Amino acid sequence: MKKVLLATAVFSGTVLALEITGAGSTFVYPIMSKWAFEYNKETGHKVNYQSIGSGGGIRQAINRTVDFGATDGPITPEDAEKHKLLQFPVVIGAVVVTYNVPELGRTVLNMDQKAVCDIYMGKITRWNDPYLQQLNPNVKLPDRPIVVVHRSDGSGTTWIFTNWLSKVCPEWKEKVGFGTSVKWPTGVGAKGNEGVTNYVRRSQGGIGYVEYIYAKQNNLPAARIKNREGNFVEPNVRTMQEAAKNARWDKSKHFYEVLTDQPGKDAYPITGAVFVLTPKDQPERAKKAHTFFKWVFEKGDRYAQELDYIPMPENVKRLVMEYWKEHGVAP
Amino acid sequence: MENVAEAQKSLREIKTRGEFLERFLKLSLGFWALFVGLLFPILAGLILLYEARLAIEKFGFIHFLTYTNWDPVQEDFGAATMIFGTVVSTILAMLIAAPVAIGIAIFITELAPSWFKPIVSTAVELLAAIPSIIYGLWGFFILAPIMATKVEPWLQDKLGDVPLIGKLFQGAPTGVDVLTTSLVLSIMIIPFMAAVVRDAFNMVPPIMKESAYGLGATKWEVIRQVVIPYTASGIAGGLILSAGRALGETMAVTFLAGNRPEIPKSLLEPFTTITVALANQFTEADTDVYLSALYYAGLLLYLVSFTMLGIAKFMVLRLEKRWKT
Amino acid sequence: MSRKTRRKLFSNFMLFVSFLTAAYGIFWLFWILGSLFINGFKYLSPELVYLDPNPPGEEGGGLRPAFVGHLIITSLATVIGVPMGIMAGIYFAEYGRNSKFFMTLRQITDIMVSTPSILMGAVVYAVLVKPVGHFNGFSGAVALALLMLPVIAITTDEMLKLVPKEMREAAYALGAYKWQVIKNVVMRAAKVGILTGVILGVARIAGETAPLLFTSFNNNVLTFDLRDPMASLTVTMFNYVMGPYHYWHQQAWAAAFILTMGVLLLSIIARVLLHRNLLEPLFYIVRSITGKKRG
Repeated sequence: MKKVLLATAVFSGTVLALEITGAGSTFVYPIMSKWAFEYNKETGHKVNYQSIGSGGGIRQAINRTVDFGATDGPITPEDAEKHKLLQFPVVIGAVVVTYNVPELGRTVLNMDQKAVCDIYMGKITRWNDPYLQQLNPNVKLPDRPIVVVHRSDGSGTTWIFTNWLSKVCPEWKEKVGFGTSVKWPTGVGAKGNEGVTNYVRRSQGGIGYVEYIYAKQNNLPAARIKNREGNFVEPNVRTMQEAAKNARWDKSKHFYEVLTDQPGKDAYPITGAVFVLTPKDQPERAKKAHTFFKWVFEKGDRYAQELDYIPMPENVKRLVMEYWKEHGVAP
Repeated sequence: MENVAEAQKSLREIKTRGEFLERFLKLSLGFWALFVGLLFPILAGLILLYEARLAIEKFGFIHFLTYTNWDPVQEDFGAATMIFGTVVSTILAMLIAAPVAIGIAIFITELAPSWFKPIVSTAVELLAAIPSIIYGLWGFFILAPIMATKVEPWLQDKLGDVPLIGKLFQGAPTGVDVLTTSLVLSIMIIPFMAAVVRDAFNMVPPIMKESAYGLGATKWEVIRQVVIPYTASGIAGGLILSAGRALGETMAVTFLAGNRPEIPKSLLEPFTTITVALANQFTEADTDVYLSALYYAGLLLYLVSFTMLGIAKFMVLRLEKRWKT
Repeated sequence: MSRKTRRKLFSNFMLFVSFLTAAYGIFWLFWILGSLFINGFKYLSPELVYLDPNPPGEEGGGLRPAFVGHLIITSLATVIGVPMGIMAGIYFAEYGRNSKFFMTLRQITDIMVSTPSILMGAVVYAVLVKPVGHFNGFSGAVALALLMLPVIAITTDEMLKLVPKEMREAAYALGAYKWQVIKNVVMRAAKVGILTGVILGVARIAGETAPLLFTSFNNNVLTFDLRDPMASLTVTMFNYVMGPYHYWHQQAWAAAFILTMGVLLLSIIARVLLHRNLLEPLFYIVRSITGKKRG
C-alpha cells in the first residue's frame, strides 16, 4: 500500500503541480492540514500551511509573503479594502474552555460567564472557590491553585474568546477588551493552540481556551458554558450549528461576521468562523489559493465533520464563489 | 643567443606572474580577513540598527530600557521585562556554574590521575557539543516535570516561610520558571568556563607552585593562595565569557522560561528574555513598530554581548601577557 | 589534632569537593545522553526518514522534509562558509601576524564566534527574507554560513600557527613564493587540522535552531527548491515539542537522538583526527589487514 502511495506521489509530482503557501490560524490547523493532505493525494498539488497564529497570518497576507492567510478574528471591511485583501469564511469551529485537574479526570464542569471572566481576571484563584463549587454541586472540587493559560502570540482564538468575554462581562470589556492580542490580567502565555493544549496537559490545575479538536484529540475535558438563554451548553456539532444558524454572511462586507454569544437555547456561545485572506491585486496567487478552497468546498466537508468542525452551509459557499467571480479571481 | 634572450624573457614573465599571483592572493585573502573580522560584525550591527530605527525614534533609550509594558496591541514597547530576565537568568546561571567550573578545573589539573584526565576532559567537551535545542527538549520533558512535582514543592515547603528568602519561592510550581531555566543554563556554560579556567591554571609557572610546596603548603593552599590569585583575571575572563554566551542562549531558554512578559517576583515564576521574545514573536510581529522593537532589543543584546565578550577577551589576554613576561 | 593535620584534612576535603564538582558535571552528561538514548532509540523507525508528516492528530507519518531540508541547508552553509573562513584564517596566520590591526580583527572574529546565533537570523531576515517577500531555504543556509565563518577562520588560524616556522623558512630558502609556501607547505601540513576545524564547524551549525526560525522557516512538504521555505530537523523538533500530541513528542525524541548522535560523532571524529598519532598502532593494524602499503 505504501509503495502504491509513494509511486502515485512521485508520479503526480511530475505533472504540473501547484505549490500553494498559506499561514495563520492554529485554530484551523488540524483541518487545514488534513485538507492539504487529502488534496495532495487527490490532485498532486502541494499546500504548505504553517500554523503561526492568526496575527501572523494577517501579517503575512498583508505583506504578500504567502498566497493565503487564515484568521479566526476577521478583519474589518475597511481593513480589507485598505490592504486589498479578499476575505471569506471556510469553516466554523468552537473555542472550548479546557482544563486539567488530576482529581477531576475527565469530569465536565459547568462554567458561567462570570466564572470564566473572574478566573481570567485573576479573581478566582483556586479550583474549590465557592462560586465554582455552587455551579457544580455534584462535584467535589479540589483545593488547588488554578494555572491560567492564554496565548502569547497574535491569535484568532483569543479574538473569539475575548470577544465573547467582552460581550458577557462588562468589567472585561472595560479593562481588557478583545483582539488577537490583549493585555492579560493574569496567567502564562503559550504559543499557538498547540502550546496552550500542551501546557494545560502538563500542568496540574491548568485551564486554557482552545479549539475543540485540540481538547478532544488530547483527551482533555471541555466545560459546559452558560449561554445567552441561561442554559449550560456542551460544545458539539449540534450546538455549534445552532450558534451559526443566525449568521448573516454579506459579501459586500467581506463576510465580516461574529458568532459569539448568539441567541438560541442550544447555541454554544463561544463559536467562531475561520476566514481566509487572499490578495486581490495578485490574481494569479489568489486564483491558486481559490483552486484549493474550491476543492475544500466541494470535497472537504466530510473531513471537517470527522474533526468536529462545521462546514459552511451550501448557500454561503455559493456566495463565496460569486464573490470570487465578482473580483475576477475565480479558479 | 635567442635561447638566452628567450630564457631571460620567460624568467621575467614568471617573476611578474608570480608577483602578480602574490599580490592577488594577498588582496583576496586579506579581503576575507577584513570581511570576517571587521566588515561583517559592523555590517550586522548596522543592519540591526537600521531595522530598529522606528522603535528607537518612538521609544528613545531610557524609556525602552525601563518601561515594563510590552504591548503589541497599543504598539507601546518597553523591554525592561526581557532585559531583566536576560540579566537575572545569566547571573543565576553563573552563580551556580562558577564554583562547579572552577572545581572541575581544579580536579582536572591537580587531582585527576593522568589516565583519568582525558576522560573527564572529553566528558566536559561533550557537554559543550550538545546542541542547545537538545538541552531545551530534555529540560522540558524530563527536568521540568521533576522540578514541578518534586523539587519545587519541596523547596516551597522548606523555605517558603523563611522571611526574605521565602518570597523567592512563591507561586505555582510549574517547573517552567526562573529556577529551572537558570539551572539548565548553568549546565550549558560549565564546559566553557571550565575550559578557560583549566587553560588559565595550566599557565601558572610550575616554579611558583613548587616553591609553595617547598614551604610546606597543602595542595589546597597552593590552589587557593598561589594558583587562583595568579589566574584571577583569567578566571574573571572565563566568567564573563560564559556570561556572554549565556546571554545569547535561545533554545533552551525558550522551552523553559514560560514566556511571560512580566518581571518575575519569585524563582518559581515564568519570565522572558530577549532571545525568547525574538524566537517567539518574530514571525508574528504584525506591525512595523512591533518588528522594529524586537530588532531594537536584538541590537541591545548584540552590543552588550559584544562588549562582555570583548572585556572577557581582554582579561584573558592580560593573563597570557603576564605569563610571557 | 595538630595544625598541620588540620590543614591537610581541609586540603583533602576541598579536593574531594572538586571531585564532587566533576562528578556533578558528568552526572548531567550521563542523564542527558541517557534520556536521549532511552527515549530516542525507542521511537526510532525507518518511516521517519522516508514518510512525510501527517496532519496533526493523525499518528504516524515521518520527518522526510525535515531530514532532507536539514541536509540541504547545512551542506549549502558549509559550501558558502568554509572557503571564506579558511581564506580569512590563512590571512590571519600567514600575513597578518605582524599587524596590530589584523590581530585586532582576529580577536573580533573570536568574539563573533560566541555572539547570539538568533541575531544572525534577524540580520539575514532583513537582507534576504523581507526584500524577497517570503521565507526561503537559501537565507537559512546563509545565516548558518555566517555563524560558521568566524569558527572556521579561528580554527584555520590556530592550525596554521601550529606548523613549525622552520618548514616555511626551508621553503623560502629554496626560493619559493609566498603563495607557493602557503599552498604546498603550510596548508599541506595543516590539512588535517583544518579539516578538523571544518568538521567541528559543521557539527556546530547542524545543531542550530534559532537562526532558522525566521529564515528558512518550515515546510510540511518536501522541497528541493531553495527559494521555498524549507523544513529543518531542529525547527521541526521545536514545533513538535511545543505541541500537544504524544506522537509528535516521540518523533521529536527520535529526531533529537539522531541529531545528537550525528553531532557527537562529528565531534569525536574531529578529536580522533587531532590525536591521530595516538592511534597509529590501530591504523597499522588496519593497513596490514587490508594489505595496503604505507606510502
